[in-house]
Amino acid sequence: MEKVISLEKVAKSFGNLKVLKDVDLSLETGEILGLLGPSGAGKSTVINVTLGVEKADAGTAYVFGEAMPKRELLGKIGYMAQSDALYEALTARANLKFFAEMRGIDKKDLDAEIDRVAGVVSLGDFLDQAVSGFSGGMKRRLSLAIALLGDPKLLVLDEPTVGIDPALRRQIWAELHKMKKQGHAILVTTHVMDEAELVDRVALLMGGRVIANDGPKQLEEQYGVPSIEDVFLKAEEETE
Amino acid sequence: MTRTLAIAKRILMELMRDKRTLAMMFLAPVLILTLLNYVFTLNTTPSVEIGTVRVEQVVTDSLKDTSHVHTKSYDSEDKAKSALKDKDIDAILTQTGTNQYQIRYGNTDASKTSMARQVINATFSKNKVEAMAKQNVVLATQAGQQPAATSSVSISEKYNYGDKNTTFFDTIMPIFMGFFVFMFVFLISGISLLKERTTGTLSRLLATPVRRSEIVYGYMLSYALVAILQTAVIVSFTITLLHVEVLGSISLLFLINILLAMVALALGLLVSTLAASEFQMIQFIPIVVVPQMIFSGIIPFDSMASWAQAIGDILPMKYAADAMNAVVLQGQGFSTIWGQIVALLIFLVVLTGANIFGLRRYRKV
Ligand SMILES: Nc1ncnc2c1ncn2[C@@H]1O[C@H](COP(=O)(O)OP(=O)(O)O)[C@@H](O)[C@H]1O
Ligand SMILES: [Mg+2]
Repeated sequence: MEKVISLEKVAKSFGNLKVLKDVDLSLETGEILGLLGPSGAGKSTVINVTLGVEKADAGTAYVFGEAMPKRELLGKIGYMAQSDALYEALTARANLKFFAEMRGIDKKDLDAEIDRVAGVVSLGDFLDQAVSGFSGGMKRRLSLAIALLGDPKLLVLDEPTVGIDPALRRQIWAELHKMKKQGHAILVTTHVMDEAELVDRVALLMGGRVIANDGPKQLEEQYGVPSIEDVFLKAEEETE
Repeated sequence: MTRTLAIAKRILMELMRDKRTLAMMFLAPVLILTLLNYVFTLNTTPSVEIGTVRVEQVVTDSLKDTSHVHTKSYDSEDKAKSALKDKDIDAILTQTGTNQYQIRYGNTDASKTSMARQVINATFSKNKVEAMAKQNVVLATQAGQQPAATSSVSISEKYNYGDKNTTFFDTIMPIFMGFFVFMFVFLISGISLLKERTTGTLSRLLATPVRRSEIVYGYMLSYALVAILQTAVIVSFTITLLHVEVLGSISLLFLINILLAMVALALGLLVSTLAASEFQMIQFIPIVVVPQMIFSGIIPFDSMASWAQAIGDILPMKYAADAMNAVVLQGQGFSTIWGQIVALLIFLVVLTGANIFGLRRYRKV
């Protein structure tokens, strides 16, 4: 399998705050990697370094084999930010169209692509409504739809299911698994522990390091506990 | 290029949906200009009340003959003084002896003081001339000559700009035109980028392969359009309804305003990176916008200290105002104002470069 993301000895500080000390991480095609960690652990920072929005103080982030930051590569990455980050005054369609243009998606495929991603997140009927009237869950779904534009080989999703009701959350995970089977690589951060059971591999980010990196079942065995939540709690005790 | 266009289109679409901001950009200037026009038209001919104490009849008569001057005679200086205090009159003229006068001004309104001073001085010199003329007539008749026509001095008046109804408002109009464009574009573009930053759409935008320069150019393109529209509204309003005369070419006026708007935009974008909220953006008005107004030429530069004039030299509004004055009031062409155009272009290039570089804060490539 091809390596899509590879972080090597990445360190990143903000002022005196050492957020990432020594992070190694990899993601391959056809894999869903769950980046788990308490709030403030640096999950979003890992993503920002991966995207090249932030530059690592030490170490290197490679995406598709090339060292980041590299602007041209961003077209191949579908990114969903932790905050909804939408143009509220515009319609859902205008938002999708705008980001599609930014991603450099071919003009002739634009309308079909917008309908496709809207269908995936069940927003097809609301495309022509202004985002300002959307509920929190609808905004989250639109945000995900934007990340899916152009069917990118790499999806980077920062807490994608926060504020989404259970039925839709299940639908979204089903979609992610489908994409994975088609050979996409997906990096998901979450602090919802039961979601961690749905990924292929869990990377536990704590104290600026990845302290565990294995399939969810293997981790539960390794720590001798019944759920990822317990793995998480046990690991937290051990680092303290 | 497609991205620049898409960004410009998006900004305009957002603006179109913001009815209040639209109203502010287009109706507020019209409203303020109307008010200013009204205020300055009322004020063009202030009248003065001069109190007189024991003043010769010739002098009071001559004062009365002057238009916009009223006189009121008092029998004692004390009564006149209390009238001055109550603002019934603006000045007291007291005769203290033959050809000896004393003037006391209330001086609570500088324009009335200077008008009273002019009127009184003019009266005395007129009386002197008339006295001399009378003497000449007497002398000439005595010498058996035809008296020269003394009283028929005729003066015809011509105006380089406007006519005798031209008010202060007409002469500051060009400056105001530029100022509105500057202020609104500065504020609205700055707040627009700020909102993009605080809502996170900027981060999301920068997570696409868009170039930093494409973002800045997109903003420029959209606000250039806004400036063209705003200038069109202001110019057509002032020309057709306020009857302000534009001597020079209107396309030059547009060129100056668009350039000024671009500079205001670049400045707004740059300043917005220093602000954490829309309220903080408003706080930049006294620091950035008000000096532009002060040094735009509304206060004559000749009356400023040289260090103050030097401040004006680093403000874009001064160059725009100079150029607009030249075009509107003097009918000058490009050959006269190219220096100001170049100055504005320099501002524009430097500030744009600073913006493109400054976006590195939010994405490292
Ligand atoms: N741009 C930044 N400047 C300063 N501090 C930051 C910045 N980004 C993140 N941090 C800090 O780094 C830490 C980790 O943040 P983040 O990566 O967002 O955590 P998580 O996503 O795991 O909740 C937090 O303490 C946060 O305050
Ligand atoms: Mg986060």
